Amino acid sequence: MVAPSLKLQDLIEEIRGAKTQAQEREVIQKECAHIRASFRDGDPVHRHRQLAKLLYVHMLGYPAHFGQMECLKLIASSRFTDKRVGYLGAMLLLDERHDAHLLITNSIKNDLSQGIQPVQGLALCTLSTMGSAEMCRDLAPEVEKLLLQPSPYVRKKAILTAVHMIRKVPELSSVFLPPCVHLLHERHHGILLGTITLITELCERSPAALKHFRKVVPQLVQILRTLVTTGYSTEHSISGVSDPFLQVQILRLLRILGRNHEESSETMNDLLAQVATNTDTSRNAGNAVLFETVLTIMDIHSAAGLRVLAVNILGRFLLNSDRNIRYVALTSLLRLVQSDHSAVQRHRPTVVDCLQETDASLSRRALELSLALVNSSNVRAMMQELQAFLESCPPDLRADCASGILLAAERFAPTKRWHIDTILHVLTTAGTHVRDDAVANLTQLIGGAQELHAYSVRRLYNALAEDISQQPLVQVAAWCIGEYGDLLLEGNCEEIEPLQVDEEEVLALLEKVLQSHMSLPATRGYALTALMKLSTRLQGDNNRIRQVVSIYRSCLDVELQQRAVEYDTLFRKYDHMRAAILEKMPLVERDGPQADEEAKQSKEAAQLSEAAPAPTESQASQLLDLLDLLDRASGDAQHPPPLDPSPGGALVYLLDLPCAPPPPAPIPDLKVFEREGVQLNLSFIRPPENPALLLITITATNSSEGDVTNFICQAAVPKSLQLQLQAPSGNTVPARGGLPITQLFRILNPNKAPLRLKLRLTYNHFHQSVQEIFEVNNLPVESWQ
Amino acid sequence: YASLYFCCAIEDQDNELITLEIIHRYVELLDKYFGSVCELDIIFNFEKAYFILDEFLLGGEVQETSKKNVLKAIEQADLLQEKTETMYHSKSFIGFKKAY
Repeated sequence: MVAPSLKLQDLIEEIRGAKTQAQEREVIQKECAHIRASFRDGDPVHRHRQLAKLLYVHMLGYPAHFGQMECLKLIASSRFTDKRVGYLGAMLLLDERHDAHLLITNSIKNDLSQGIQPVQGLALCTLSTMGSAEMCRDLAPEVEKLLLQPSPYVRKKAILTAVHMIRKVPELSSVFLPPCVHLLHERHHGILLGTITLITELCERSPAALKHFRKVVPQLVQILRTLVTTGYSTEHSISGVSDPFLQVQILRLLRILGRNHEESSETMNDLLAQVATNTDTSRNAGNAVLFETVLTIMDIHSAAGLRVLAVNILGRFLLNSDRNIRYVALTSLLRLVQSDHSAVQRHRPTVVDCLQETDASLSRRALELSLALVNSSNVRAMMQELQAFLESCPPDLRADCASGILLAAERFAPTKRWHIDTILHVLTTAGTHVRDDAVANLTQLIGGAQELHAYSVRRLYNALAEDISQQPLVQVAAWCIGEYGDLLLEGNCEEIEPLQVDEEEVLALLEKVLQSHMSLPATRGYALTALMKLSTRLQGDNNRIRQVVSIYRSCLDVELQQRAVEYDTLFRKYDHMRAAILEKMPLVERDGPQADEEAKQSKEAAQLSEAAPAPTESQASQLLDLLDLLDRASGDAQHPPPLDPSPGGALVYLLDLPCAPPPPAPIPDLKVFEREGVQLNLSFIRPPENPALLLITITATNSSEGDVTNFICQAAVPKSLQLQLQAPSGNTVPARGGLPITQLFRILNPNKAPLRLKLRLTYNHFHQSVQEIFEVNNLPVESWQ
Repeated sequence: YASLYFCCAIEDQDNELITLEIIHRYVELLDKYFGSVCELDIIFNFEKAYFILDEFLLGGEVQETSKKNVLKAIEQADLLQEKTETMYHSKSFIGFKKAY
């Protein structure tokens, strides 16, 4: 009735003969059905064969859970063949997550105590492979007994089973700790190896055990020394190295025992030096031992000379032709670079050479290590290498390389110009891979380096003219051109060849960016704003700009549309405020307020002196008089309050984020002066984000028949307020309603002190020089409350 | 190793180079046992491959560093298996003696 079942090897052949997945599945399903039937019938003779077939099928990925009970039966059988396959099945199919596995505990117990070595071996092997915590607790006494058996075969297995048991049930450490010291005296390598593994496990789990075992350090040193100095032994040597497995295990234990312990470290020093210098490194076995030695040296309290030796060994590894050895060298050096920086620095050239590795995991680690080795003295050379690497490196490393370069440049830049150059180079080479904040960082950097504005804008303009596809670059370039467009057109900059750029070219370039399909929406926003800013920086008329802005009023992108509408409104209805709103941005805040305050203070000092152009002695003193007058008058003895670090911030929000230009202040304009057709008007703006700030725009108009020339306006406020005068839009007001002069005053009034303003005007009109000094009356209360 | 590829999972702090030695030792053991081991040997005798591995490593650690001892242990287990099979089959009247 029962067809003779397939032999295992025949089944394997049949499965391998299947031409398609479906065919294979069919064969296997058919066979599994037979196997299941056979299990049901309980055929003891062929059970092992059926299970073996099932295990093969399981290895291929097919379900085999119905074999679990059969494993139990096979293990319980007295036939060795059955036990062999049954235990193998248990290791492959039984799982400590399911309760069924506990059922073999009894069989294992029986097998452990019945004295047939191969069977005991099987049981111990199974226990140490899949033994759960409960099984380990139950069987610990049996294993403990076997530790003391005479046969090394069983003992070595019992020791390693103990290791597994301690991993599962840490409390069993107390059971297995006492025999260890005694076991160390054994000469059998297998037992020795197992014991050292056991001691290592015990020490890693408990500081008390660690302390206890420190006393065996001398013994371990002796064992290792004997190993190293004895000659070749056929049984245990690999390419001239005596039992490298044992050596490595001992070194590892020594590392754990010597860590943070002066005395133990000292005991090992000589031996470590000996191993480091005498091991034959022509083959991998020797290098494996050497590697472990290096790791141990670096982890304990070793002598300085020894540490340097260890790093040098790693450096030598870097030159090894075997890729694996270079790999471990790079990973280890990476771990050491923080603690032993100068020692690793010595190998910098080799590390940099490793950047050229074809293997991806090697070049990645070489990159990490190179970046970690950059310091202020080698930054220029290193950056050159890294930038060269950036140009040729595989795409998945580009982002890391780019951000690494930028970070290193930030930390170690020798000069600002070098820094800007480096960032520029990264942006042009790997622009699409840089992190998002690179744009912000670069704009902040350029903004802060006033002396480099001309240089930066010129270089960026050139870069942009060549290539408008790299978005971060385009964004920064657009921003710079917007901000410093006037410097771009001036034509001369000492650090770069003189370049004649005319206005139309600049506008055309920005328009190209706006229209390009490669530009991201954010980039187009930058371009539009830049165009807008240029309307105040360029000399020509603004028709082209107005046209572009007006086109984008119906753009589909909502952000652009909003900007365009606002800018257009600025042209049409708030033209007198345009200069003020589009003035140069103050330094954007970045780190703490401290650094910023100093920057602000220096900037404001610079601008205050700008606003008083070429004062003669008398003018300067008269200005001071103005201030004194006001101070005495106000009787306010307060010190000026500390600079509010966010006025720049308010302006940032104004210019870069989609918010409307400052809402038309409910504060009415004020006419403060009129003489022979020359009129001066004040308009007030209180930005809602910054209640302490007041922006006053003065507008000088001329309805007379004669031009007004050399127009200078100076102002003074009480000491408790702070005044900043921006550069005027010009100093000539042509006759008969010609283009007015506008100038922006920024007044900080955090204490809401009553505003008083004194103005001094000087100009030429009808061939006469006019000077007027007056205090502004009727200042609206809303301007300071 | 003539179309044989090995993959070994190790822990963070394990020595990679000695792991390579472990793999190499295992291949040597297979080679000695099967005589110039190739892929098919391992496929058709997968359980033997496991048995050999279980004499070399235990619970993830090296248990025996002497090639001789490992091979001796396998030999003894195989002998024991053969002995019990002979005994077993001589008792029953299904007389074939081939393993599996």
